[in-house]
Amino acid sequence: MSEFLSANLPYLLSGISVGGQYALIAIGYTMVYGILRLINFAHGDVFMVAGLVMVYATASLPIPVSLILVVVVTVALGVLIEKVAYKPLRSAPRMSVMISAIGVSYLLQNCALYFTGGLPQIYPAVPFLSEKIKIGSATTTVVTVITPILTIFLVIVLVTMIKKTKVGMAMRAVSRDFETSELMGIKINNVISMTFAIGCFLAAVGSMLYFTNYNSVIPTSGAMPGLKAFVAAVFGGIGSVPGAVIGAFIIGICENIIKGLGWTEFSDAFTFVLLIVILLVKPTGIFGEKSTDKV
Amino acid sequence: MKKILALLLAGCMAFALCACGTPAEPSSQGNQGDNSTASGDTVVIGVFEPLSGDNGAGGKQEVLGMQYANSVTPTVDIGGKTYNVKLEVVDNESSNDKAVSAASNLISKNVSVILGSYGSGVSIAASDTFGQAGIPAMGVTCTNPQITEGNDHYFRICFLDPFQGTVLANFAKEELDAKKVYCLGQLGNDYDQGLMNYFKQAAEGMGIECVVESFPVNNSDFTSYLTSAKNQGADVIFAPTSISYAQLIVKQAAAQGLDIPLLASDTWDSNVILGAAKGTDVDVYVTTFYAEGGNAEFEKGFKEWIKADSTNLTNNGGNDIISAVSVMGYDAYYTALEALKAAGSTNPADVMAALPKVNYTGITGEISFNEEGDANRDSAFVKKSNSETGLWEFVTVQGIKDAK
Repeated sequence: MSEFLSANLPYLLSGISVGGQYALIAIGYTMVYGILRLINFAHGDVFMVAGLVMVYATASLPIPVSLILVVVVTVALGVLIEKVAYKPLRSAPRMSVMISAIGVSYLLQNCALYFTGGLPQIYPAVPFLSEKIKIGSATTTVVTVITPILTIFLVIVLVTMIKKTKVGMAMRAVSRDFETSELMGIKINNVISMTFAIGCFLAAVGSMLYFTNYNSVIPTSGAMPGLKAFVAAVFGGIGSVPGAVIGAFIIGICENIIKGLGWTEFSDAFTFVLLIVILLVKPTGIFGEKSTDKV
Repeated sequence: MKKILALLLAGCMAFALCACGTPAEPSSQGNQGDNSTASGDTVVIGVFEPLSGDNGAGGKQEVLGMQYANSVTPTVDIGGKTYNVKLEVVDNESSNDKAVSAASNLISKNVSVILGSYGSGVSIAASDTFGQAGIPAMGVTCTNPQITEGNDHYFRICFLDPFQGTVLANFAKEELDAKKVYCLGQLGNDYDQGLMNYFKQAAEGMGIECVVESFPVNNSDFTSYLTSAKNQGADVIFAPTSISYAQLIVKQAAAQGLDIPLLASDTWDSNVILGAAKGTDVDVYVTTFYAEGGNAEFEKGFKEWIKADSTNLTNNGGNDIISAVSVMGYDAYYTALEALKAAGSTNPADVMAALPKVNYTGITGEISFNEEGDANRDSAFVKKSNSETGLWEFVTVQGIKDAK
């Protein structure tokens, strides 16, 4: 038993760590959907841009300053995208906003291609996070262990915020009924900006953890994690924060177990088969409720 | 007012999008300005290389070799007349679906001969387009046999994958004393899968056990694959992947404290890999076309040229380490000039007819073609990364034992 565990511990560790990173991105999808009923396809690319900002920032700034800068720039970018590409379309059909989101996604990818010249950028090693650590038989980096802990901590903070604070209450109100909450004096635009800011903040943190582990940033780096986080959000019930997190961990762990079993070719296929199955069997996801929506 | 602001901002974004339409192309035309203004006739050599995408780093280095050669010898005498040589670089984006349109783009520029591409898949994809236009193409470092098989227009100056795979298997057996090898490549990539297949054939013939696994495109988590390699008791990992994956594999092997040597092919001969392996305990072995230190005069000139221009320096990965693909690019340029001289005209059809008989002794050795259009090569250099200095160390010149 212990032998089996020691041989397979690395898969599990890697799965939990990847799951945590997907979770941080998935929250961004799920919150925006909860409020705007918009699947923000640009979210994965915002995540990639956060990685690139870090690469360029560390070229001239010390690491702690760069980390703060990454968070600030990413949040600003998220809010800017909302103001420019989504807000003018608020009364347009939902499909238009979604197409706009796809446009922003490609815009960000192509801008990244332009700035990087298409070359993979090496993500700087963050001290402490990049250090090696030994757990049982497995050697890994500190970031692998930190990721799930940090993710769960951030989720608890977020859920508390949504439940207890005034902003959280406003968010819940807006997600229930857009017009009525506006009539009740809630400043819709501020709530939406706040939602994007939180989503992008988590994506920025996620990018630090993700790229410390897989340290090369290319313009399409955000595509796959973004898609998988989206599947995680749907799996957990889109609109539900805890659902997205649990979905992300399940996907991360399953993917790595599949690789461990030797069916490496199917690890991505699994994720998307899961998406189809969940849509067929329980379209609202694990935690999704039929009529009521949460943030 | 708000609407106007929104429109303005949207306009800004649209402009940014337009500006991104032609990424990275201007940088590759740095040294052509003097050619276009010079009077006299011009012969155009097409360069079909990836400047972006998974193989962007390698493609850029290969182009650097050609551009350097072009700066050393900017003219050629064809049929008693001096022509300026112009390099026309087109980015195939490392992508098989973009390769065909990039190839058509090149053909429309009246090229006499085409060099490239880095990466076998794109070369195979574009081959028919070149063939239909009747323009000869010369592969520089693409090693998949399918490129030259069954056609008259594709030539190449490097060794082939069946050869490289066998050399690598020989090396694994003789130098690394391998008993079990874990092979890892990208799904659906002609180069990775082809080379793994040849390696497996040769290795199994020598009594080495092989486990072959593949990862999907855009994968970035290799820890599970590396764990599998360890759990299965492999004593060598063979991973002939693209550079962007290679970098991740090296870093993650280091993070896991994996003490299994990594064996790879010519694609891994890049400063990016050296950068990733520097300061770690990972040993990386590669087979390649050229080892630094082979020709001091060329190296001195090339390094000075690289350092003189910041764009070139960036394209070379930010330092002046010479990649074998740059040297191959340099030789390819001169082989093309030889072909033009032998043809006595700039007509692609004449160049194609002249190419099979071209003989040229370059920095990487003698270049001549066999009936398939492939270069006659019988050995490959093996290099090992030095994790302290961040440079390649020459290991051996590996041939094939009892070659058939």
